[in-house]
Amino acid sequence: MSANIRFLLNGLEEVSVSGPADQTVLQWLRLNRRLTGTKEGCAEGDCGACTIAIAHTREDTRQTVREDVLVWAPANACIMLMGQLHGRLLVTVEGVADGQALHPVQSAMVTQHASQCGYCTPGFVMSLFAGFRSAQTGATDAIHDMIAGNLCRCTGYRPIVAAAREALGPLRDDRFSAMAADIAARLRSIEAQGALSSATPDSKFSAPRTRADLASALTRDPSARILAGGTDLGLDVTKRRQRQPSLISINAVRELQQIEKRDGALVIGAAVTYARALTRLAALDASIGVLLRRLGSAQIRALGTMGGNLANASPIGDTPPILMALGASVIVGSVKGEREIALDAFFTGYRRTALETGEFIDRVIIPLPGADDFVRVDKISRRFDQDISAVCGAIAFQRNGERIASPRIAFGGMAATPARARRAEQALDGAPLTQATFEAAAEALAGDFAPIDDFRASAAYRMRAAQNLFRRWFLIATGALLEAAE
Amino acid sequence: MSDRRDIVGKPLAHDSARQHVTGAATYLDDMPEPGGCLHAALVKSPHAHARIVGIDASAALAAEGVVAFVTAEDIPGDNEVGPIFHGEPALAGEVADYVGCPVGAVIATSHDAAKRAADLVKIEWRDLPAILSIKAAIAAENWTSPPQRLVYGDPDDALANAQHILHGGLDIGGQDHFYLETNIAMATPLDGDQWHVWSSTQHPTEVQKHVALVLGVPQAAVTAEVRRMGGGFGGKESQPTIIACIAAICARKTRRPVKLRLDRDDDMIVTGKRHDFRADWDVGFDEHGAMTGLRVRLAARGGNVADLTSSVVTRAICHVTNCYYVPNVEATGICCKTNTVSNTAFRGFGGPQGMLVGEAIIDQIARHLALDRDDVRRANYYSPSRGLTTPYEQPVSDMIAYELMDKLNADADIAARRAQIATFNASHDTRKRGLATAPVMFGISFNMPSLNQGGALVHVYTDGSIQANHGGTEMGQGLYTKVAQVVAETFGVPASFVTPTSTRTDKVPNTSATAASSGSDLNGAAARNAALAIRARMAHVAANEWNVPEEAIDFRDGKITSGNYVISFGELATLCWLKRVSLSAAGFYSTPKIHWDQKRLKGHPFYYFAYGAAASEVEIDLLSGETRCLRTDIINDCGDSLNPALDMGQIEGGFVQGMGWLTMEELWWDTAGRLRTHAPSTYKIPGSRDAPADFRVHILENAPNREDTIFRSKAVGEPPLMLAISVWLAIRDAIAAVSGDDRALALHAPATPERVLMSVG
Repeated sequence: MSANIRFLLNGLEEVSVSGPADQTVLQWLRLNRRLTGTKEGCAEGDCGACTIAIAHTREDTRQTVREDVLVWAPANACIMLMGQLHGRLLVTVEGVADGQALHPVQSAMVTQHASQCGYCTPGFVMSLFAGFRSAQTGATDAIHDMIAGNLCRCTGYRPIVAAAREALGPLRDDRFSAMAADIAARLRSIEAQGALSSATPDSKFSAPRTRADLASALTRDPSARILAGGTDLGLDVTKRRQRQPSLISINAVRELQQIEKRDGALVIGAAVTYARALTRLAALDASIGVLLRRLGSAQIRALGTMGGNLANASPIGDTPPILMALGASVIVGSVKGEREIALDAFFTGYRRTALETGEFIDRVIIPLPGADDFVRVDKISRRFDQDISAVCGAIAFQRNGERIASPRIAFGGMAATPARARRAEQALDGAPLTQATFEAAAEALAGDFAPIDDFRASAAYRMRAAQNLFRRWFLIATGALLEAAE
Repeated sequence: MSDRRDIVGKPLAHDSARQHVTGAATYLDDMPEPGGCLHAALVKSPHAHARIVGIDASAALAAEGVVAFVTAEDIPGDNEVGPIFHGEPALAGEVADYVGCPVGAVIATSHDAAKRAADLVKIEWRDLPAILSIKAAIAAENWTSPPQRLVYGDPDDALANAQHILHGGLDIGGQDHFYLETNIAMATPLDGDQWHVWSSTQHPTEVQKHVALVLGVPQAAVTAEVRRMGGGFGGKESQPTIIACIAAICARKTRRPVKLRLDRDDDMIVTGKRHDFRADWDVGFDEHGAMTGLRVRLAARGGNVADLTSSVVTRAICHVTNCYYVPNVEATGICCKTNTVSNTAFRGFGGPQGMLVGEAIIDQIARHLALDRDDVRRANYYSPSRGLTTPYEQPVSDMIAYELMDKLNADADIAARRAQIATFNASHDTRKRGLATAPVMFGISFNMPSLNQGGALVHVYTDGSIQANHGGTEMGQGLYTKVAQVVAETFGVPASFVTPTSTRTDKVPNTSATAASSGSDLNGAAARNAALAIRARMAHVAANEWNVPEEAIDFRDGKITSGNYVISFGELATLCWLKRVSLSAAGFYSTPKIHWDQKRLKGHPFYYFAYGAAASEVEIDLLSGETRCLRTDIINDCGDSLNPALDMGQIEGGFVQGMGWLTMEELWWDTAGRLRTHAPSTYKIPGSRDAPADFRVHILENAPNREDTIFRSKAVGEPPLMLAISVWLAIRDAIAAVSGDDRALALHAPATPERVLMSVG
């Protein structure tokens, strides 16, 4: 067992710390280590000024593009807690250059005039560095995906995208290329010392390794909060200044990291990050891939988990509508064993779920749609990238000849919880696949939901945009609307 | 000035670029803190308008790490931060007049401890009636400063006899600056009741002045300093003074250094933004769309205090006719006093709102007459035949807007693309495209003539290194780099010889804000004057040494030559020292030709105009209202650019910021006057995918400023922001393609997906 949080910093320096469970990586970097290149811009994971790179050892070497034995990702230091670093490599903007020689990402940023005030720049450097280490290409869409979690108010982005294109071309080495194997070995030796269980007089942070240990830890400490990706819990720390006396991380639990196809369903462990789930879910329908690429940012997707997105029960979570439309259920575990809850019965009220004390989400079961089924999810937000939905709507149905069978429709942003649109479903069920049917469903939707006015959208807009999704879905289902950009 | 340009005009990298990318560039919160430094957190009003009945800070004072609590009563001097008018407190004493209004500060050993303890301060309030909107303020005739009125020609007569007359109105949203570095200051007591204040400010002199005022000490006892800001955009013109003053009050109370850093939410809630406006007009015009008369009322939401609102409104009035001659104008400007945060300077300073109204009027005329918008513009441009006098009676002598627009129409292939768009729109049911151009004519100089002065202090050291200091501040725009180029050019040395140093009120006193796009005009010229003074002395020494005339001395490539004589710059500096010749000089510059009568709104407020033209093509989704900018072409007038790479950055960045203002950025207040979009999770500024997918920006070549500015350059900080009006007009065009002209004209700003969807449904 490891009583201290142990990780590598900017190379082979091993750091061992114990501190409050709710200390953020950003606080530690800036205040404890005086590494001030990493900035606070918003303390909510939305601006990217605090972006760091993290790496862990690669288990599945089949996906290796580089010589690399490490998996790299960007992350928001502002909402990441120190315990989440355990067993990982942390790289900050101070650690990417090789002595006086700038990293290719850094020199491209200089030559392209990609910094003005410079405050966001370290974050961009780190997002691009993580992309560089992950052997990302310099394709324009990939670059936008890489930096969608970084805001710049000065440049208008054109020179930053140009710098990314310059730096991310052919695979090149940097100071981590030669070090990767040593880093991986050191990380494994940290792992070999057992699960993290760190305590200070005021707080506890533990990261059990097995499902059984997780269940018993939750039973021993029923007041503990489960930490998954922390992309929501982190806001309680930074925005609401809530103390976190006891946190139990699910990230080290192997069983919760699995993704597999079993019995006609895709089964995704609760601790699987969006980043890992993305390709598997995108395979069900391209629109799910688009949705997930718009969920948060690369930084958020690297930490945020499938289980976390369900457990926080936000009315505007991005994954619940499509999971509901696909008929997903969750398996929840506890010392008493497992039980299955249909996702549309899981959300019991505003930010409330059917989870009982001592229970945790173990995995999500997503029945695979048939080859001929229609599946589609659409997110509508003010900004394309890294925004919270005004409305998110999803639909799945089978085609029974010219008729619609077993429709499932769910919306986020329309009620206090993500919810099925039962009246709209009735309007589709058994009806012919015609414009009139979808118009009737759109009309029926008005009876399903009474959305609210708020800063994301008015009730009227929400309803109209949601009703228009039926029009869009009809066009897509009949092949009349090609979504490809022209 | 010399025609030869070795350093000036070159695309040198920003002087801090390397520090930026390595994380080595220090912002105020990154600097080592002085021993014993404490941290303050604001205690704010939760009410839009309420009287303080009692404050109980006992729980806060008992909390871990807390050292002290201050209120207005702890201010030894005047509780005054108003930049123009008086009566603007640093800390509200008896009455808080907006949600977020600072009423006190908790001082603790850490930022975290201070923030936690600030939540524990209990205040008993008595609610007062609140005025939250422009409409309510107008109804109550509640102003932050008196209405302003400009009259040119005979607008009553012109409107009475107009061939066509139209009425119109436009709501224009505000905008948060969203500089990435939030407001921050650190005040340190020095020996003998002297004070040092680090402040992330565009206006160190104002920080100095008001810190002196609140502490009750002479200005000479206070030094304000800033090395760089993480963005400013006008949001750090007057607002940092409030933050610095509160930090100073805390430092005075504890006799220890105190740092006050606002987190993002506090920054957005507590400090001012771009003014939202309501405009209403009557416009008269002929069958070609040529305006004959205009009556316009521009009402700005000023917020709780006057701050800079009166000047913002003046600039809005000065820009409402953009680059068009209108023979008869009545323009009224209203500064609405509301119980919301005091709005403030923001890139363009009222110009964007005024110009948007002007372009909305052109759009309205064009749609009414079913004419091409560019044809209506041609009927209205300032020209010798139509008129070359602005409504504020400044002669227009450098008008090039129509040349830029003609060039843009040709270069960007506008006619052919309009045809393509018509084809696209005819064949697409759920998406429509629009393409629009927009010209910009922006007056350069502060409206208030007294502000148009700059100072510099240049030192040459005996190794030939040069320290260049000036009153301007660095917020990312590259001012330090441009001034270094000017100084290097003057001495004929590589730019690397010049070290820019932090802006301090003890090096250059009585400065103006780095604002109004004036940074390089004022400070570049002042630094040039300082450098010229030193160069003349150095030339004199060399001429004596070599016994040649001073005119025969050439400074170039780090060497001083005359005929066969040659000496390095450093050797000559040493020689000057040996000869007991001063190698230091202060430089000064004041803008010529300008004058202004603020009562009548008449005069010659601008030294010159900066121009630009843009064309943007957008696509809107008729089912969701979402928009994308597919392509933007820009031609921008930078005069003879001091540094085309930096100027390009200002153009692109300003344009995208303007796009944000006019499309996705929305400040949303609830009915209690609380701003509910106070962080990036809810307030959306453009991301990388929102910039035009195809972005073609050109700096107009061979276009030296006709006025004798520093190396014939032109200011570039603000004008490009207004080029984004082309995006807003293009969205209107796309709406018109499906819903007709009336619905297009009903589109206000910002054109959010919601507004667009409601326009096409």
